[in-house]
Amino acid sequence: MPHANPRYPATPPPASGRDHRRVVVVGGGLVGLTLALDLARHGVAVTLLDEEDSVATGSRAICFAKRTLEIYGRLGLGEKLLARGVTWKTGRVFHQDRQVYAFDLLPEEGHRYPAFVNIQQYHVEAWLVEACAEAGVDLRWRHQVTGLAADADGVTLTVTTPSGAYALRADWLLACDGARSFIRRSLGLPLHGQVFQDRFLIADVVIRGEVAFPAERWFWFDPPFHPGQSVLLHKQPDELWRIDFQLGAEADPESEQQPERVRARVAAMLGPDVPFELEWVSLYTFRCRRLDRFVQGRVVLAGDSAHQVSPFGARGGNGGVQDADNLAWKLAAILRGEAGPALLASYEAERIAAAEENILHSTRATDFISPKTPAARAYRDAVLELAEGHAFARALVNSGRLSRPAVLADSPLNAADDGTWPGGAETGSPAPDAPVRHQGRPDWLLRHLGGEFALLVFDAVWTPVPGLRAVFVTAEETPGTLWDHSGLAAARYGAPPGGAVLIRPDQHIAARFAAPRPGAIRAALARALGQMEHAA
Amino acid sequence: MKLDTSPRLADPDAIFARLVEAHLGLDEAASRRLDARLVLILANHVGDEAVLRQAIALARDPAPPNARR
Ligand SMILES: Cc1cc2nc3c(=O)[nH]c(=O)nc-3n(C[C@H](O)[C@H](O)[C@H](O)COP(=O)(O)OP(=O)(O)OC[C@H]3O[C@@H](n4cnc5c(N)ncnc54)[C@H](O)[C@@H]3O)c2cc1C
Repeated sequence: MPHANPRYPATPPPASGRDHRRVVVVGGGLVGLTLALDLARHGVAVTLLDEEDSVATGSRAICFAKRTLEIYGRLGLGEKLLARGVTWKTGRVFHQDRQVYAFDLLPEEGHRYPAFVNIQQYHVEAWLVEACAEAGVDLRWRHQVTGLAADADGVTLTVTTPSGAYALRADWLLACDGARSFIRRSLGLPLHGQVFQDRFLIADVVIRGEVAFPAERWFWFDPPFHPGQSVLLHKQPDELWRIDFQLGAEADPESEQQPERVRARVAAMLGPDVPFELEWVSLYTFRCRRLDRFVQGRVVLAGDSAHQVSPFGARGGNGGVQDADNLAWKLAAILRGEAGPALLASYEAERIAAAEENILHSTRATDFISPKTPAARAYRDAVLELAEGHAFARALVNSGRLSRPAVLADSPLNAADDGTWPGGAETGSPAPDAPVRHQGRPDWLLRHLGGEFALLVFDAVWTPVPGLRAVFVTAEETPGTLWDHSGLAAARYGAPPGGAVLIRPDQHIAARFAAPRPGAIRAALARALGQMEHAA
Repeated sequence: MKLDTSPRLADPDAIFARLVEAHLGLDEAASRRLDARLVLILANHVGDEAVLRQAIALARDPAPPNARR
């Protein structure tokens, strides 16, 4: 019954014992695969090495946030995640035997993707592998990086395979080799942050037939079935449920994973008459920390190799996918000779700010969930006691602040507004989606932005800068435009008639023009490519 | 806004007595939670983060400025 991962054939090493590639991604996990696919879509030849011959095993990421779904939408996988995954947006918080409150993460209509889709990481990785293969990524399974020598123009790797080792020269090395990153350790890069002592038990449980829980996120503080600790429940596809049991710092990792012990914990929660099977059990401790720099010469780190968070808030995988989204177009522009080192520096600036935000939220959530002092515990319990009856205290309950898209508000790539922009999404935020009609059919705005720079033009049909793709959004039905029939597009961008918004290839807003002029748009485009000296 | 530390209570003895009475019959842990609830309720009533920061700093170090070493 347990899920069987696909196995990929081990790739033979090059016969000559050496090889030279322009771009090498190390690590075929969630982030490395996303990055390789995005680079390939930008026309970059990519080689990807993974020491295994398969995708993630067991319980890893399940909660994929709206922004990640939009990124996978851009890469052509969004519909698959929607169709196969479990859509949810409601969460409930319980204290002891009472519900304290419920929350709705996406209370408004008119979005292609929901707040969250739950789907096993191994499914997503398997689709990414297929898409990478189709896009021409050179995938090398059972290729383990075991040595590294970096210089100014690139890196020489020692790669060990079942049929021998070879030397691989890479002009660019993208380190997506996970939390225990060999590359990070070889370069001697320290992680700074916090290590938590509390142990958590993760059980993936198959429950067939009637189930008393809906597809929502349920979080218990100090429930009767697991006193003194917290429990988190999530629905996954395939009649599978994810249960996290907080065990405390004293728990014994050996005995806690014994099936009988785990079964007893699950039975106490589900009740005596609910039949279930254990699919996967593991024990975790958490870290909230990051590197000081994500770029080291020709080595760029992304995902868990660069930063780690606790799972409360689902910020690990979702953060890493946004790293890939941020890096791919920039490296592609650099390789095409359209941009220089400043654009790569912006990857670091933007993603360090995002990692800081993720670390802050996930540290605070972990501190709330497992208080470390009697005072912290008293405040935590006081909040929970007040929360059921009083809205102000509900705002203080922190069972994980769920992943939100990074707003790159302080990015060096952003240009200032050219005048007064009435409101809506700020510069640096991801481009909001909106329902539109295209050639008489219902459609979504984001689908038309694509993966290159685009200028969204509201209520006007003209192309101010030749060579820059314009996407027209009109309040009236007009041939050749996206009809903003509900007015939601104009409202979400806060766009005045005739206004325009410059969208980056990763679909973040780079600049807004209340009165678009070609010169200002060109300057903003140069700025968004890191060519600051051209920016007015 | 600046934290107001001027005497503002009309009947200070009564308020002091109320605070102590509220803890009657509570054990150490319950007493601590009561204080925590009280602080949270008052913090929300004050609402101003700058004032709360000053109040926290004062609570941590109540000695008058000229008594500090
Ligand atoms: C229990 C749990 C629950 C989680 N839940 C969520 C969630 O709900 N939502 C969310 O967003 N995130 C979640 N996460 C976090 C998420 O799983 C990680 O952040 C994500 O997998 C990071 O992706 P990555 O590609 O950076 O690293 P990984 O997925 O760890 O991939 C690293 C890859 O590198 C390869 N590799 C390593 N060393 C070498 C080498 N020397 N040579 C070649 N290949 C190498 C490995 O084989 C692996 O394939 C969870 C994590 C855990 C543990």
